[in-house]
Amino acid sequence: MKKDLGIFTLLVVLCGLTALKSPAFLSAANLANLANVIGLFGIFSLGTGLVIITGGIDLSVGSMIALTGVLLSMSLREWHWPWPLAALFILVLPMVLGSLHGLLITRLRIQPFIVTLCGLLIYRGLARFIADDTTKGFGDWEGYATLGNLAHARPLGIPMPFWFLVGLAVIFWFVLHRSVYGRYLFAVGRNEEAARFCGINTRAVIAGSYVIAGLLTGFSGILFAFYTNSVSPSNHGNFYELYGIAAAVLGGCSLRGGEGSIIGIIIGTALLQVLQNLVNLLGIPSSLNFAVMGAVVLLGVLGDQIAQRRATRRLAPVSVATPPAAPEPKK
Amino acid sequence: MIALDNVSLRVDRGEVLALVGENGAGKSTLMKILGGVHQPDAGEILFDGQPVRIRHVSDALRLGIAFIHQELNVLDNLDVAANVFLGREPRSSAFGLIDTRRIHAETKPFLDRLGLTVPTRTRVGQLSIAQRQLVEIARALSLQARLLIMDEPTSSLTLPETQRLLALVRELRSQGVSVIYISHRLGELDQCADRVAVLRDGRNAGELARDEIHHDRMVGMMVGREIKNFYVTSSAPRTPRHLRVRGLRSRLFPQHAVSFDAAQGEILGFAGLVGAGRSELMKALVGLDGPVTADVFLGDKKLAINSPRDAIGHGLYLAPEDRASEGLVLRMTIRENITLPCLPHYAAAGLIQRKRERAVAEEQMSSLKIKAPTAESLLLNLSGGNQQKVVLGKWLAMRPAVMILDEPTRGIDVGAKAEIYRLMRALAQGGAVILMVSSDMEEVLNLSDRVAVMHEGKITGLLERAHCAEDKIMQLAMGRPSGCAQPAFTEP
Repeated sequence: MKKDLGIFTLLVVLCGLTALKSPAFLSAANLANLANVIGLFGIFSLGTGLVIITGGIDLSVGSMIALTGVLLSMSLREWHWPWPLAALFILVLPMVLGSLHGLLITRLRIQPFIVTLCGLLIYRGLARFIADDTTKGFGDWEGYATLGNLAHARPLGIPMPFWFLVGLAVIFWFVLHRSVYGRYLFAVGRNEEAARFCGINTRAVIAGSYVIAGLLTGFSGILFAFYTNSVSPSNHGNFYELYGIAAAVLGGCSLRGGEGSIIGIIIGTALLQVLQNLVNLLGIPSSLNFAVMGAVVLLGVLGDQIAQRRATRRLAPVSVATPPAAPEPKK
Repeated sequence: MIALDNVSLRVDRGEVLALVGENGAGKSTLMKILGGVHQPDAGEILFDGQPVRIRHVSDALRLGIAFIHQELNVLDNLDVAANVFLGREPRSSAFGLIDTRRIHAETKPFLDRLGLTVPTRTRVGQLSIAQRQLVEIARALSLQARLLIMDEPTSSLTLPETQRLLALVRELRSQGVSVIYISHRLGELDQCADRVAVLRDGRNAGELARDEIHHDRMVGMMVGREIKNFYVTSSAPRTPRHLRVRGLRSRLFPQHAVSFDAAQGEILGFAGLVGAGRSELMKALVGLDGPVTADVFLGDKKLAINSPRDAIGHGLYLAPEDRASEGLVLRMTIRENITLPCLPHYAAAGLIQRKRERAVAEEQMSSLKIKAPTAESLLLNLSGGNQQKVVLGKWLAMRPAVMILDEPTRGIDVGAKAEIYRLMRALAQGGAVILMVSSDMEEVLNLSDRVAVMHEGKITGLLERAHCAEDKIMQLAMGRPSGCAQPAFTEP
C-alpha cells in the first residue's frame, strides 16, 4: 500500500508539472488519447505482473501481439472468418502458447527467461513469415465493424480500452488479493518449496499465470490491431514486453517474485504513458524517449529500495546481516 | 531495545568457556561484538591485557578471533578448498590468478583433522549439512585463530561427528587456543568445557566451574527456575499397527524398500546418522517424490498418495527439517502461513474470508503460546521457536492423523523445546500417530515410545522404550546389530 502511494505521488507530480508547462496536457483530446494507451498497455501488463509475482518473466508479449495482429487481419480479410470466430481464435491461441511456456517452465524446468525469449524470437519470425513480411490492415471493417467498434468506441468520451482495463483490474484485484489462486501466486513466488510442502500444486499455479498472461496479451492484441489499424509484422508490438515489465517493477513487483499489486501495475503503466506524453508535449527530442523512461524506472526503483532499507532498519535495530568473509590483512 | 545489559565475560588462554542461555539471552549479540559485527554502547574489551577496539570483522581477524556462525556461511557453488580460502585466496606469481594448487594442498590437512573425507574439489552444494558445517569449521581453523568462537557448531552434526569436534576442541585447548563454545546441547558441555557462563535476559546469570557442570543446574540458571523433568512420559492408550507402511522407497536409497508400523498414540522416533535417509523417507511417504508406490495403511484403509495434496487429504502431515526453505513462507504472515495448506476451506466462491482465517490463526497462537504482536506479523520477525510453533499450528489446525516431525526442535531454546515436547505428547494422547526424526539423542531417548534406527537407507532395528540407550542406538546407526533390538521389519 505504501509502495503504491509513493509511485502514485510521483505520477501526480509528473502530471502536475506537465500540465503547468503545457496546458495541452489537460485538453480533452490529449486525456482521451492518454486513457486509450494506458488501457492498451495496462491490459497485458496485468498478465506480466502476475507472471513476475510467481518469480517468472514473460518476454514474448510484443511478438505475440504482432502474431495475433497479423492473424486477426488475415482471418478476417483473407480467410473471411466470421468475426466472433476470429476473435475467439486470437484469444485461444496465446493461451495455448502461454500454457506451452508454462509446461516448459514447470515440467522441463527451463528458466522462464529462456522460454519466453525463444517465444519472442519465434513468434516474431512466424508473424513475418505468415504475413510474407507485408503490412496487414483492416480495410473498411466490412463485416466486423462490431469488433472494430469494441476497440474504438468512446462511451462517455472515454476510450473502450480504458474501460476494459478498469473492468479487468477490478477482476484481477479480486483474483490476486482476495482469491485462493492469488494467495497461491504469492506463496509460490515467495517460497515455492514451502508451498509444495503445503500440498499446493505449484506447477499448475505457475503455468496458470502464463496462460492468463497469454489471454490478456491476446485480448490487447485485438485492441492494438484495431488501434493502429494496420499491422506491420516486423515492428508491431516491438518492445511491448519491456513496457509490461517496467510497469510491473515500477508498481512494486519484485523480479525475485512474491511482491506486487494490481493497483501498482496500473499506476506503473500510467506513469510510463504519461512520461511518453510528457516527452511529446514538452518538446523533448523524441529520440530521448527511452532514455527518459529508463531513468524514471531506475529512480523509482531506487527510491523504493531506499525507503525499504529505512523501514527494515527501523523494524530491526540489531541487523542480522552476517559479515562477509573478511580479507586477510595486507602485509 | 537492550540486548546486553552490563555483561562481563572472561576467557583464559587455552580455556574452553561454554556460553549458554535461552534464545534471546544475548549470546549471539555478545559474540557479534567480539567478532566486530556490532559495536557496544559502553564497556571495554581487553585482549592479552591490552584494551582493544574491534570496529570491523577484519579487526577481529587481525587479533586472531575467528567466528563460526550458527547459520551456514558457505557458498554452494564453490568447491571445498575455495570456501576454506574464500576472501584470502593466495595468488600465483604469474598473472596474479588464484593459486588453486596451493589452496587445495593447504585445505587437505584441515579436512583430515576434522575427519572430513571428501575431496577438496567437491562442490559444497553436494555435501550434507553436517559436512558443510565441517567445511566452515575448517575455514576457522585455517585462520590460525587464538580465540575461536563457535556458535552452535554441532546443531546439524551427528554423534560421531560431534565427538570428533569435541575432541578437536580439546586438542585446540592443549595448543593454547581459547574457545568460546555456545550450544543448546547441554550434554556436550561437560565433555569439553572448563567453565560454563550462563546468560539470561542480557545479563550474567552465573558461572559453573568444571566440577559443577550439570545439566539440571545449567537449565535452572538459564530459565531462572528449576526444571526437573521437561519430558512428559506417555500414558496414551495405544492401538498397535495403526499406521502400516510396506515397501517405501526414497529417492536417496531407491534400492531399499523400508517397512514399519506405528501405533495410534505413539511417538515413533527415527534415529540415525545424518545421511541415513530418514528425512528422505519421510518426504517420500507424503508424496513429495512423486506417487507413493508403497502400501500405506491407516487403520483399515489403504491410502493412495500421488501427491502431497493426497497425503494432506488423508491427514498425513510433514513438518520438514528446514523451516526457512521448506516449512514456512517467511515473507508471509502468521495467518497466511497457518491457512496455506487448506486455503480452499477458508474460501467461499474462490474468495478468501479473512475473518475466518484470522480466527483460526489467533486460536492457534493462543493455544500454542506463539509470541507475536498479532496474527499479521511476518514470520521473518519471529524467533526460531515461535516459527516452529507456527509450523505446528498450521498442521494442528487440520487435526493430523499422522504427524511427521523432522528435527522438531533444531535451533530452538530450552523453554520453547519443552513446550513443543508437551504439544507432541498431547497430540499423541489425542490419538495421532507421531513420527519424529531427530538427531538430538537426548530428544530421541526421552520422547520416543519406540525408536527405529536407520543406517544407509534401511531400518537396522527397532528398540522398545525400555531397551533404548544411547550406545544401542549408536550401534544400530553404525549398521551393527544390537542385542535387544527387534530385527528390522520382516514381511509376515
